[in-house]
Amino acid sequence: MKVSVDEDKCCGAGSCVLAAPDVFDQRDEDGVVVLLNAEPPAELHDAVREAADVCPAAAITLRTAP
Amino acid sequence: MNTPAEVLVVGASAAGLATVEALRRRGYTDGVTLLGAETHPPYDRPPLSKQVLAGAWAPDRVRLRQEDALDALDVRVVLGDPAVSLDAGKRVVRTASGRLLRSDVVVLATGVRPRTFPGQDGLAGVHVLRTLDDCLALREDLRPGTRLVVVGDGVLGAEVAATARAAGHDVTLTGPQAAPLEAQLGPLVAGLLRRTHADNGVRLRLGRAVTGLVAREGRITGVALEGGEEIPAEVVLVALGSVPNTDWLAGSGLDLTGGVRCDSRCRAADGVYAVGDVAHWFHEGLGVGMRLENRTNATEQAGVVAQNILGADRPYTPVPYFWTDQFDARLQVHGLPPRDAEVTVEDGELGSRGFVAVYRREGRPVGVLGWNMPKQARRLRQRLLGPPPARTAPTAVDTGQPAVAPTSA
Repeated sequence: MKVSVDEDKCCGAGSCVLAAPDVFDQRDEDGVVVLLNAEPPAELHDAVREAADVCPAAAITLRTAP
Repeated sequence: MNTPAEVLVVGASAAGLATVEALRRRGYTDGVTLLGAETHPPYDRPPLSKQVLAGAWAPDRVRLRQEDALDALDVRVVLGDPAVSLDAGKRVVRTASGRLLRSDVVVLATGVRPRTFPGQDGLAGVHVLRTLDDCLALREDLRPGTRLVVVGDGVLGAEVAATARAAGHDVTLTGPQAAPLEAQLGPLVAGLLRRTHADNGVRLRLGRAVTGLVAREGRITGVALEGGEEIPAEVVLVALGSVPNTDWLAGSGLDLTGGVRCDSRCRAADGVYAVGDVAHWFHEGLGVGMRLENRTNATEQAGVVAQNILGADRPYTPVPYFWTDQFDARLQVHGLPPRDAEVTVEDGELGSRGFVAVYRREGRPVGVLGWNMPKQARRLRQRLLGPPPARTAPTAVDTGQPAVAPTSA
């Protein structure tokens, strides 16, 4: 799984951090998403999928690693 | 309950799409149909009053999922064909084109439509903003120097006023409250937002309701205020709130009082669920029935509905959340702070560029607001208001604890 984020779309809700704190964080100054791990291990995939789905700004895109 | 062989989701916007995604994420592999009234593939609405209206984003940037992601969901997508009736007992939906769609479970996700003034339809220069087409029509009408009057001091009205003013238009914001979003933010913080609008050159005519639209020869010329005064306008946005799209459900036997009435599991009838803006459900944590019109609710509620469709028995007990961007202010509101809550600033300084405020009632936290401090607000929300509703790794254990303590109201 490859994770990418669109900082321009991010609204700073922090939903991704609530769903997958090992993969996402927020910048202190403006709350914009910080991707901690663009290729998270398999045990985190469910949480990352949830983070992508619940993001209220649709700012997280997942791709299956080739 | 057995796993359904076919699920029909009526409504192809955020809540409908999120329901499909949550079903697939939870391993549901049988048939899913997503039925939408609009011809556009599922798209996101919050940017319509911000980046798209401003012209900063091309319209197709609001698309929620690209073609390959939709294909991967293996869902039958039917667009441009509104549902016109439901037989709740047989779970058959009829569409405008005459399709009959049968399923084991129906999810109602038909959202809301803007409330309007009688007689405003067809009046040139008058707009509402709900759909992408609405947004593009309003943008088209806003020419340099256009005199825009926004009727409505809620989130949508205030956002459009800010976007249009930032683009250089002559903007007047009207509404019955003393300050924009007073109902959501309380008088103290709403007062700061009023100042932000005033500092940026929005003309504020607040504290008096608009009683009607004034038109000549089929074109808007102004709005009439309580007391008789008239404000001239070339373009008017009517943002008076919304009405749940439940007309098509008349005769279904469902209770449609204030939305599709559901139990705490978001179930309206056996095999019939509602999700998103249209759903009025019982929040067990807060002890009240409610309907939320915000973007996060669409996806969070969809997660719980998908679990319940697949045999779980989960109440939906969210911490309500919305955000809004107006000029240089990005506000995050967690919880449902009542107007009369006590407000204390717990980070930053009130009226500075950034701060976090906590709303309390009888000493108990009921809301957290971040003003340009999203991360700090989210952390306080976690500490004070509890976890989100759907910590939904498939193996997660539901503690049954409400996410928000009941209020005394």
